[in-house]
Amino acid sequence: MEYDNKISNIIRDLPRSGIRDFFELVIGRTDVISLGVGEPDKPTPWPIREAVIRSLEKGQTSYTSNLGLEALRIGISEYVTKHFRTTYDPKTEILVTVGVSEALDIAFRAVLNPGDEVIYHEPCYVSYSPSIKMAYGVPVVVQTREENEFALMAEDVEKAITPRTKVIALNFPTNPTGGIMPHEELAKIAALAVKHDLLVFTDEIYSELLYDGRQHKSIVEFPGMRERTILLHGFSKAFAMTGWRLGYACAPAPLREAMMKIHQYCMLCAPIMSQMAGIEALKMGEAAYEDMRQSYEQRRNLIVSRLNGMGLHCFNPGGAFYVFPEIRSTGLTSKEFAIQLLEKKSVAVVPGSAFSSAGEGFVRCCYATAPELIAKAMDLMEEFVNEVRAK
Amino acid sequence: MDPLIELLRNNSNRSPKEIALALGVAESEITARIAAAEADGTILGYSAVVDRLKAGDRRVTALIEVRISPERDGGFDRLARRISKFDQVRDCFLMSGGYDLAVIVEGKDLLDVATFVSEKLSTLGGVLSTATRFELKAYKENGFLANGGGDEERLPVAP
Repeated sequence: MEYDNKISNIIRDLPRSGIRDFFELVIGRTDVISLGVGEPDKPTPWPIREAVIRSLEKGQTSYTSNLGLEALRIGISEYVTKHFRTTYDPKTEILVTVGVSEALDIAFRAVLNPGDEVIYHEPCYVSYSPSIKMAYGVPVVVQTREENEFALMAEDVEKAITPRTKVIALNFPTNPTGGIMPHEELAKIAALAVKHDLLVFTDEIYSELLYDGRQHKSIVEFPGMRERTILLHGFSKAFAMTGWRLGYACAPAPLREAMMKIHQYCMLCAPIMSQMAGIEALKMGEAAYEDMRQSYEQRRNLIVSRLNGMGLHCFNPGGAFYVFPEIRSTGLTSKEFAIQLLEKKSVAVVPGSAFSSAGEGFVRCCYATAPELIAKAMDLMEEFVNEVRAK
Repeated sequence: MDPLIELLRNNSNRSPKEIALALGVAESEITARIAAAEADGTILGYSAVVDRLKAGDRRVTALIEVRISPERDGGFDRLARRISKFDQVRDCFLMSGGYDLAVIVEGKDLLDVATFVSEKLSTLGGVLSTATRFELKAYKENGFLANGGGDEERLPVAP
């Protein structure tokens, strides 16, 4: 059978995630030190796991409300009030989703008409452009640059705005760069959104993981923003709950209602076990991640100074758990660098090009890995860089 | 707490160089601060946390609950320090509750511990009573799980 014309044009033309290709090179090898992951190196804190075991023993295995358990939505409302200084009504303004990935997908589907433009920044997490295309939108890329430590510049955003622009999508701190937003730049982008009457989706998944005593500020906190913002957050990164697939969206009631319609037909509800885990995680709050955050900060210091020490220029990222060193000085492309490093030294990093063409010339190293392994990986990477340069 | 001390409590095996990079200070400062902490008794010592079963260590460990009578000057301190000085005593804590000192004793076998308790510990002036409880199996020691944490696995590459 000729399958090409059986598959939708949009999906046929969608590239596979570049991470997927690289994953297949690494899988099955047991000798690899991996800086290639996108998740914490510790399992979910035990009190959270224990609470779920107890809920299973009690037989809590049913569907929940499409919106998610009320107790969880109340917990989310309190948590969001504390962390983002913005309050949402658990009954009408919060939706529990299967990870932020689902929340992002249904947010785009809820607001985009075919041809509507979405401004987003690259390098970025792999799903932005495909999610926009799958919702029949047009992705409009704004590059973030190393010279700005991968913050998004308002003047670049302004240039990208057209009469078809409907949404600006933000994700700070950013995967894969670790870049964060200076508050004054965020204020300017907020003003642009108000001026042009745009929606803003803000993916806050790394917002707890900030370093050097920084306080997180979300774009939703700026004047005129609450009414036009969909705040997307989840439990994966701070609470080390990637595999639970639990996220949420906070938005004004009409937007939440539109998202809920898609969610109820395609997902019904997030798994109840994961929701029980979420309730416990929010009870723990900061205690669940503060030690890890401090430990990440120390690991970041270690890896940044080692990378710069071996001549791979690397800015000191303010958040998330990634560093994004520039590898152009080796004369290799980011894919060549990652593949040769894996083959010769058994260290896995992800080519920056997996996160869009803007990531070319960089590799992503995740430092949510034991400090001893980071040190070992840096020794091996330094050997590799010296060998490449000696050629 | 001092982040350096916190770091060493979790893993004292890291090199001063690596600690210096993690904390963002000079290596010489780390070396000096460790030396100072050792000199003023903040750091009491270093040891590896060992799975004794795997190491083939067949010695026995007992928790001895000791009741003692406090003295007019110094309360429990003089006697507690005296008890702590025995080589067999691995840990000694003053406790709240039904007894005063929790004394953790290691011996080569039951008889060894029993002899220590009956001949040394309970005969000390001021010791009112002892209750000896032998350890059967260690599941977690100094924050480390015996047999590792389990079999959590991460994918080697993830978005």
